[in-house]
Amino acid sequence: MHAGDAPPATAALDPLTAALRSSLPADSVITDPVRLRTYECDGLTYHRATPGVVVLPETAEQVARVVRLCNEFAVPFVARGSGTGLSGGALPREDGVLIVTSKMRRVLEIDLPNHRAVVEPGVTNLAITEAVREQGYYYAPDPSSQQICSIGGNVAENSGGAHCLKYGFTVNHVEACEIVTPDGDLVTLDRMDPGYDLLGAFVGSEGTLGIATRITVRLSRAPESVTTVLAAFESIEQGGTAVSAIIAAGIVPAAIEMMDALSIEAAEAAVACSYPEGAGAVLIVELDGPAAEVARQFDRLKEICSGAFELRVAADPAERAAIWKGRKSAFAAVGRISPAYIVQDGVVPRTALPEVLAAIDRLSAEHRIRVANVFHAGDGNLHPLVLFDDGEPGAGERAEVVSGAILDLCVEHGGSITGEHGVGVDKVRYMPRMFSEADLDTMQLVRCAFDPRGLSNPGKVFPTPRLCGEVPGVRKGAHPLVESGKAEQF
Amino acid sequence: MSQLKSRESLDKTGVTIRDADEGDAVAGVVPRWVTLPETVEEISAVLRVCAEQDLALAPVGGGTKLHWGRPPERCDVLLDLCCLNEILEHASGDLVVRAQAGVTMDALTAALAAEGQELALDAAPGATVGGTLATATAGPRSFRYGTPRDLLIGITVVLADGTIARSGGKVVKNVAGYDLGKLFTGSYGTLGVIAEATFRLHPLPADRRWLVTRVAPERVRELAVALAASQAEPSAVEIDRPDPGGPVTVAALVEGSAADLRALALREVAGGEVAPGPPPWWGLLPDDEPPHGTGPAGETPDAARPAGEVLVEVRFPPNALNGVLDAARDAGFRLRGSPVSGRLHLAPVGEVTEEALAAAVAGLRERVAVVTVPASPYERVERWGPVGALPLMRRVKERFDPGRRMSPGRFVGGI
Repeated sequence: MHAGDAPPATAALDPLTAALRSSLPADSVITDPVRLRTYECDGLTYHRATPGVVVLPETAEQVARVVRLCNEFAVPFVARGSGTGLSGGALPREDGVLIVTSKMRRVLEIDLPNHRAVVEPGVTNLAITEAVREQGYYYAPDPSSQQICSIGGNVAENSGGAHCLKYGFTVNHVEACEIVTPDGDLVTLDRMDPGYDLLGAFVGSEGTLGIATRITVRLSRAPESVTTVLAAFESIEQGGTAVSAIIAAGIVPAAIEMMDALSIEAAEAAVACSYPEGAGAVLIVELDGPAAEVARQFDRLKEICSGAFELRVAADPAERAAIWKGRKSAFAAVGRISPAYIVQDGVVPRTALPEVLAAIDRLSAEHRIRVANVFHAGDGNLHPLVLFDDGEPGAGERAEVVSGAILDLCVEHGGSITGEHGVGVDKVRYMPRMFSEADLDTMQLVRCAFDPRGLSNPGKVFPTPRLCGEVPGVRKGAHPLVESGKAEQF
Repeated sequence: MSQLKSRESLDKTGVTIRDADEGDAVAGVVPRWVTLPETVEEISAVLRVCAEQDLALAPVGGGTKLHWGRPPERCDVLLDLCCLNEILEHASGDLVVRAQAGVTMDALTAALAAEGQELALDAAPGATVGGTLATATAGPRSFRYGTPRDLLIGITVVLADGTIARSGGKVVKNVAGYDLGKLFTGSYGTLGVIAEATFRLHPLPADRRWLVTRVAPERVRELAVALAASQAEPSAVEIDRPDPGGPVTVAALVEGSAADLRALALREVAGGEVAPGPPPWWGLLPDDEPPHGTGPAGETPDAARPAGEVLVEVRFPPNALNGVLDAARDAGFRLRGSPVSGRLHLAPVGEVTEEALAAAVAGLRERVAVVTVPASPYERVERWGPVGALPLMRRVKERFDPGRRMSPGRFVGGI
């Protein structure tokens, strides 16, 4: 059920709103309908709900106070950073409070000898790197939206980015979080502390286990050398072969990205990135690390890409930016060639890429829906852009069918329905295709430990909320993947 | 009578079972029976009987760290996972491996090396996949590659009621659902049984070099900070101080292409000698003896080697190293570990009394961020120290194991 299905319940929020007003600064509580509507969706714009109340706390203590009041009045709450998420994770509740962290934007501490920075959740991803770049450091996870997305949102979604192939995800770079628990307590989860790895469970829990109010991230030393290569191939198969050969050669590039002809066409139309003409696929490979190592890997890479009809090497940061420009603008660019589109985020084992791409082609032809493929080829994270004309009757439905079938392909090949965008509301209904009821119930034991009343971002991640009073029973029957012959059980 | 009934019920599962003896003790507590399941379903069957009969159990892999943690409140069944020893799938093109919990890390290393790959964890000799995860033991290269939780991408667990559950999968990039793997990593068997695990792999490095130098303790911090910041990108920086008041040996590892040139770059920073192999103490806990004898790998059961009785672990921000070195010297502890990851292991020189250990640990806690005592024969030495999020952890334990049958009392706060 989407939050939007419920009738507006704002009147029921009146007592809570009054309590919020008396405990927060006047301009931190928003009830004006016009202003409320600006928060009705995140980056996934086809799910919308006007929040009952919006609060803009300035401190962790204020966040805790809001959450405690929500508990007192049994009102659900949703946290939101910059609202760039692509799965509706920050979709508000009409009967709830939206807690926006945009006023919590201070970088609290930079500690280079310990490779640490301490920041508030509203700080943007890129701002961390900008604060330490001159000293030769950076914050490694780099989602495409890094100029605007907030670190609090990154923590909630366990964000990745193009360079996570080598460097990992948000969870690998967060050392500690102060959180407000769904009960309204301030608790610090720290990797150094003994006990359960609650920090590891919290990062990526999509706001369902509480709200991060202070985040300690690890800073990485900038690499001595970076080499960015654009290789143009006649076909996507040739590009795929090159990807496999790079991995087989024992090279772990910082990034391997691939775009097909349709997405290149879109990028050309939008930003004139001047990729080689007539390419069936382009591959962007970035090598980084010690200069001597990068030099040797680059020699090997040139041999591997000998099938490319053109190989460009960025000579300086400006040329590197030019190579990345087409890739980074690809999502927005498809707007130039299609009135509407759905972005998917499925993952397949890298070796299954050729088979899955061929199957996507067949789906595309069968349903008369164009699919542009832009993806993190190194880690098998597909970002198929399913294009359709929302003015054409039935096209949206066909696009939905293709979109869902692509996720099925991912699960069938042992992959995942989401590599970095999160489940949110968007992929809730696909969760049972990937996990058994026992799997989902077990995950919800964690939810029940943190949030027995189910107030923290309800309706996200899990298709069926678990009643926390229940004692789990032993599940009978086989795992869905086993049942369908897609996995063996040993 | 009820013992007889419990035994009968366990027998009915068809899982191999034997009576336990002193050698099966879990931190000094001798269980009644040892069960040897061969499949995930058999683990589930044993756990269902344990649930019906209210039997407490503890899982064991190689047994190399079975003496770690507090003694369990009760332990009826030792769940020996040695028979779940299959490497289920090595997808080399995807750099992923899926293995059963009882596979030894040595066996896994050998199988992966045959394909030119590795799991970049430096596990203790004789340790298994399940035991390495359950104790979250991290070796020297965790500085570059992370700890077990960072390389684990999927897990199958069996809960106290017999439920078999999975999270993650076999692709590295995956954010669908909660990450139970992280929760179970380092949980000391108190939440359930780890049955299978899937890991992210790395290509075996083309080459390796160690830079080894011996310095006065007051120089170590500055050296460690410089090595950690070096763009030659060492995979590990470790120190060894066998004499509590003596000098410190610093060793840094570079691996990959051009390791030779990069080791020379590190020598510019730190001085010392470049060597093609590690120093003898590399990757060992200070209570381990360096390996002796030259027999073929795997011939001697390392697990059977008597382990040290006392082991202290300290965690600290790397810049606080000097305080740690001073505190360890004053306590009379030798130490080994990573100054750049902020994790050192300490062990007393010779015998230590309960009072002396308690005093030394209390002294360390006053000066160092986090001090735990994984191994100690003494009851009155507080093993885990204060844990900020303990109330939340207790709630997690209550949800996963409401009957307190899974290694009860072994972990923080008697969880």
